[in-house]
Amino acid sequence: MKKAPSKHDYPGRLIAVEGLDGSGKSTQVYLLKRWMEMQGLKVFFSEWNSSILVKSATSKGKSRELLTPTTFSLIHATDFADRYERQLVPLLRAGYIVLCDRYIFTAFARDVVRGCPKSWVEGIYDFAVQPDLTFFFRANLEVSLQRILSGRPQLKYFEAGMDLRLSSDPYESFRIFQGRILEQYLAMSADHGFHVIDANQSIEPQQALVRQIVEARIDLPSFASPER
Amino acid sequence: MTARKRRPRRRRIGRREVIVPTPTPKSFYGHGIPGVDSEQLTGKLIVVEGADGSGRSTQIAMLVEWLEASGHATAQVGLKRSNLVSEELENATNGNILGRKTLSLFYATDFADQLENAILPALRAGLMVLADRYIYTLMARDLVRGLDEAWLKNVYGIAPAPDVVFYLQVSPEELVQRNFAKRHSLDFWESGMDLGISSDMFDSFLEYQRRMAGQFQRLQESYGFSIVDGARPVDEVNAELQAKIDSVLAGPQA
Repeated sequence: MKKAPSKHDYPGRLIAVEGLDGSGKSTQVYLLKRWMEMQGLKVFFSEWNSSILVKSATSKGKSRELLTPTTFSLIHATDFADRYERQLVPLLRAGYIVLCDRYIFTAFARDVVRGCPKSWVEGIYDFAVQPDLTFFFRANLEVSLQRILSGRPQLKYFEAGMDLRLSSDPYESFRIFQGRILEQYLAMSADHGFHVIDANQSIEPQQALVRQIVEARIDLPSFASPER
Repeated sequence: MTARKRRPRRRRIGRREVIVPTPTPKSFYGHGIPGVDSEQLTGKLIVVEGADGSGRSTQIAMLVEWLEASGHATAQVGLKRSNLVSEELENATNGNILGRKTLSLFYATDFADQLENAILPALRAGLMVLADRYIYTLMARDLVRGLDEAWLKNVYGIAPAPDVVFYLQVSPEELVQRNFAKRHSLDFWESGMDLGISSDMFDSFLEYQRRMAGQFQRLQESYGFSIVDGARPVDEVNAELQAKIDSVLAGPQA
């Protein structure tokens, strides 16, 4: 079963940001959201792995290390489907600009690295539409690692891919695991029309480029909130 | 302490020779589970499907006794029993707050967790695994709700094909009677109330069960269930199941 995500014809627009942990994409999407809000646009932000209904199961699975590649994949798909059905689609239909910090490509990359068959994962997510714009923030592994560690003392179990037993050293495991995810992202970059942003740069030039691309591709004034 | 555990019901089971099951190769419906070698799954997977009130749990309890009397170790599995998500799934179904795709994937997660933590280990250990419902119930429920069959088949490509699947067929009218006899009420989901077929629960139950039976008929064509008339006396039904299981254990006859 191979179906590329289909284009949507909702009045809203969907913008996804993708990248490795520590690539700085969350900062970038936050600044993008602020920029849009200040212009008075109808904008909504949705984060990966944030459905409240599914959250307790996901965190239980993670903290007790109950997850296998298959259940890891399915529980994240459940989380995504919940946000998709209850938030993303209704908002797109209502003419919102929806910003997604991680989208289905995160699942494609991670699950395949964990050993799930690509066509199986793509099949599961085939109900999700193709974003109007996808930014991929490409940073070197060392840069990513440093950004993560400057924010908190340790790597998390799953972000370091420790469940894959690649190495008993979390830093080494992180490098191998994230390196493989990067390969997966790069492999799908052309097919899904990623806008690749050099995320080794400082914050401002990246944001300037992102805003420029968004402005060129989306008629922003038409998404203004109604005057109250 | 010499107190013996009392069994609720003691059935006479004739003295049987212990039959060593003939190994038969297992296969997955799709890609299976990463890293699982189907050759190692030496146990037998016996699935009992049917609506609530079709007699599944009674039949399974009798099969367990019979199998153990015959020297086979058994394991019992079912839906909504995973450590991972069963509690959350229960909460979600109580509130009817999830979208259809979400609920479907939630059930798939629950199934996958049971599969990897209960079904596959038991099959590896050579047990007789009795499943109280399997992927077919999950698929039929979703098909009734309009989800895409190809999408469902892809999701459940993780499942091993059972050695035998029994579908206990009981008419919707008879199911109503059995459900009332048991707990004097109809279940929200077993009545398909989320579908808005009718605001009358009785009508909705009958129509929903008819639709479910229709989907099972369709699935039967691709998956080849044994359809068992569940309206007959309990012992008669069980005798039929035993006979079929015996032939599964004996393996394909030359």
